[in-house]
Amino acid sequence: MDASARNLTTEQITELIDLVRKIHGFDFSQYSQASLKRRITRVLMIKKLDFYDLKHALINDPAFFQVFLEEITVNVTEMFRDPLFYKALNTTVIPYLSTYQHIKIWSAGCSTGEEVYSLAIMMQQNEMKDRSFIYGTDINTRVLKDARKGIYSLRNIKSYAENYQLSGLGGSLTDHFTTLYDAATIHSELKTNILFSVHNLISDTVFNEFELVCCRNVFIYFETALQEKILDLFYNSLSPHGFLCLGSKETIRSEKFKKKFKPINQKENIYQKIESW
Amino acid sequence: MNPGNNITERWRNSNILLLGGSAGAFKTIMAILKILPPGLNKPVIVILHRKKNFASDMVPIFRKISRLPVNEISDKQKITPGTVYLAPSNYHVLIEKKGCFGLDVSDAVWFSKPSIDVTFESAADTFAGTCTAILLSGANVDGAAGLLKLKQAGSLTIVQDPEDAEMPEMPRAAVEQDAADYILNTEEIIKLLAE
Repeated sequence: MDASARNLTTEQITELIDLVRKIHGFDFSQYSQASLKRRITRVLMIKKLDFYDLKHALINDPAFFQVFLEEITVNVTEMFRDPLFYKALNTTVIPYLSTYQHIKIWSAGCSTGEEVYSLAIMMQQNEMKDRSFIYGTDINTRVLKDARKGIYSLRNIKSYAENYQLSGLGGSLTDHFTTLYDAATIHSELKTNILFSVHNLISDTVFNEFELVCCRNVFIYFETALQEKILDLFYNSLSPHGFLCLGSKETIRSEKFKKKFKPINQKENIYQKIESW
Repeated sequence: MNPGNNITERWRNSNILLLGGSAGAFKTIMAILKILPPGLNKPVIVILHRKKNFASDMVPIFRKISRLPVNEISDKQKITPGTVYLAPSNYHVLIEKKGCFGLDVSDAVWFSKPSIDVTFESAADTFAGTCTAILLSGANVDGAAGLLKLKQAGSLTIVQDPEDAEMPEMPRAAVEQDAADYILNTEEIIKLLAE
């Protein structure tokens, strides 16, 4: 098949979005178009399909949709991705949270769990792990399975350890893993007070109240209007003066939400909820 | 190959300048940024490979040398003519139809994030034949496929002469894939962009 058969038009993308919404109940209509197109084209290439094969599979093969969902959503993540973010979190937010009796944290769009365990390690380094609880959520059930296992390849751990050093948290990342052959497993005591579960940021609602919400490098896949809808969800999920962390390149641009979130660290996009009366 | 009037006109009339570079491209990019005039009628997008935790130290360096404002790209940032945009490390840069940037953290392409291919292909999709794209020195083959797509869409594509490049692999790959309208050395590139 030549490459042109995989060159999707805007109309074809719209058709696929409609189809997925009607049959499977997932709404991709407010995803960033350029990246969604790239992801769908990638599925065509990996699975050796053309547009019509893809439509057929999405309609007739129920198991295929799970595969499609996994490929469409980006699940690439790292432990301590953007070390300077963790450094900022550790020096500006943690001292504030340390005065709390219970700290609930939500890692939204947690993928395979690297961010959740990074936060858990940070809490442990600050001796706050026992009074904190971390929820990791994602729309994708397969990645959550991996997240619960907490087993990562040794090759990745090497690069995560480099991140960890730069975050200035002290100690060594490998203190928190047991290594066997080419796999590194998160220590089981680190897995306590952590819950991974399915949550769809687009269609699901508030499920708890949190002192800290981390949603990093998820907004980049969404159009501005959808970002704002989810900012509203986060606002309503935060306790008074709770903190919101977005990705280092994800700034709150909306005037409405600039009035609801005060930047604590502009460079790393750490915000604090402003109470409205 | 000598650049004639045609190339100058195509450069002047293009709506966007894309620069892709890797190892050995830094100096050429600096030289290009230095000569671009203030009030340039198009935005300049720079995709330069570098190590992931190598912070954004590049922006202040570019700001010092360029007469145009320089920004590191952030999500959904509007693309404005006369501005230099640098791809952040550890993200791919896409160009959305509504004239803003989109970012992506998916797997590296040719071991690179940002990948030149990703941005060039996205630009071909959005701006079709209205770009000028220049692929510079580098030690891998990123950029060639994207540049070919831009050429096929009718954009002006220029590859640094592999003989002139510190690392010839990247420009050579583009030449071998027939992605270049013109093969120019640094001096010729600078001369063209100064017009």
